[in-house]
Amino acid sequence: MHPFRYEPAADTPAALALGAAAGAKYLGGGTNLVDLMRETIERPDILVDVSRLAGDITLDDHYGLIIGAGVKNTAAATDRLVRERFPLLSQAILAGASGQIRNVASVGGNVMQRTRCLYFFDDAARCNKREPGAGCDAVEGFNRNHAILGASPACVATHPSDMCVALAALGATVRVDGPHGERDIPIVDFHQLPGETPQIETVLRPGELIAAILLPANGVAARSSYRKVRDRSSYAFALVSVAAGLELEGDTIVDVRLALGGVAHKPWRAFIAETALKGGPATPAAFRQAAAAELASARPLRDNAFKIDLATRLIADTLEKLTQTAEPAQ
Amino acid sequence: MRFNINGQPMEADVDTRTSLLDLLREHLELFGTKKGCNQGACGACTVLVDGQRINSCLALAVQYQDREIITIEGLGAPGSLHPLQAAFVEHDGFQCGYCTPGQICSAVGMADELARGVPSYVTADIAAEAIDVTDEELRERMSGNLCRCGAYNGIIDAIRETLAQAASADVKREAA
Repeated sequence: MHPFRYEPAADTPAALALGAAAGAKYLGGGTNLVDLMRETIERPDILVDVSRLAGDITLDDHYGLIIGAGVKNTAAATDRLVRERFPLLSQAILAGASGQIRNVASVGGNVMQRTRCLYFFDDAARCNKREPGAGCDAVEGFNRNHAILGASPACVATHPSDMCVALAALGATVRVDGPHGERDIPIVDFHQLPGETPQIETVLRPGELIAAILLPANGVAARSSYRKVRDRSSYAFALVSVAAGLELEGDTIVDVRLALGGVAHKPWRAFIAETALKGGPATPAAFRQAAAAELASARPLRDNAFKIDLATRLIADTLEKLTQTAEPAQ
Repeated sequence: MRFNINGQPMEADVDTRTSLLDLLREHLELFGTKKGCNQGACGACTVLVDGQRINSCLALAVQYQDREIITIEGLGAPGSLHPLQAAFVEHDGFQCGYCTPGQICSAVGMADELARGVPSYVTADIAAEAIDVTDEELRERMSGNLCRCGAYNGIIDAIRETLAQAASADVKREAA
């Protein structure tokens, strides 16, 4: 591990002042960053510990619910307001990692997770994300876990978070603090597709720090579900996951929310499928068609063509099951 | 740096890079906590911090000063086993024993999560106040602890029995 100076931050202004230095990185729970530092993939000179900054979950008239970036994953998933108003988010958080990791990992850190592509972790392999311009060994390598949507010849890595898939479906906003003040970024715009610069994963600017996640109220909470397909039944990253929510009036779809995990460099909001479904009938045929339309632009690699069919069926089946849940209580 | 481990104040002269796991094993000679994968995948290094289970391999020791750390040595000792330790012996909850300290610390933390109503991915009603403690729930909640000997059935038996005993003790206490 590269040597670093440890700086605990007492409050946000102190954190931002410390985080402005060259070579500084913010440390939350550390469950991803410490691992990457041990592999010398991350080599910060200064670690600014932001784990003691206030992390509350509060109701807000304008935004619905505000979740502080420092809130631990377990605390967010267990919170009464989250469980009742955004059960999809609780479910997605609980689908990720293990009890031990969720107790430590923060909500902000979950958003900032880096890919679990094995070539990114292996410093004997070529990786454009680790070393821009080096090339990518995953494109022609073992790429069963890799992206089918929005990838580029430079990078086919996937975003590992479950929580962010639910946040994408729920239309969440990321509030960041920085040297030039506060700004709000829709979660669907926060993470980037790889293009030619896969080392740039988010729109965060140097020194900026995630302050909170803002969740707008929605009509799909009562009919929502996070489903994750993986190689074992627990404690594994997604091959494909789907966050889905439906609001029905009779058999007509008033609102639908769909996002996919395990398929792209970012949590993939399925806007094409949503547009195809909105205002139409909630039938298995409509679900299948919409899912197929979303996956029409998918480009498989050697080992991951199965994800196209899997994602299509997972979307259609999850939506169909949601139509079978009992009429939400008013 | 100063630490509070198993109720004792302890001091160690360590680098900021030292993990909590290496602090325990290499500097404080608390060898009960085990190093398996050293990357958060196996759970052998699980300890309790302020009552919550964490992977000590992914924790920088410097972040855990002034926290209440409990390791397997703080849960029980020969002659005064923690109920879970006794149940692991009774139900063959291990073979080689390497994952066992992590399994037991994890199960202690998990029991507290159940008592606090923390839901899991397999909880049918995510908003329910109380958790129905099925074997499926226990297996999901213990999935962060691998056992390469495959003693999972014994581990689940030991945990289930210990939880049931604790629940019946609670009922008796309330009745008295």
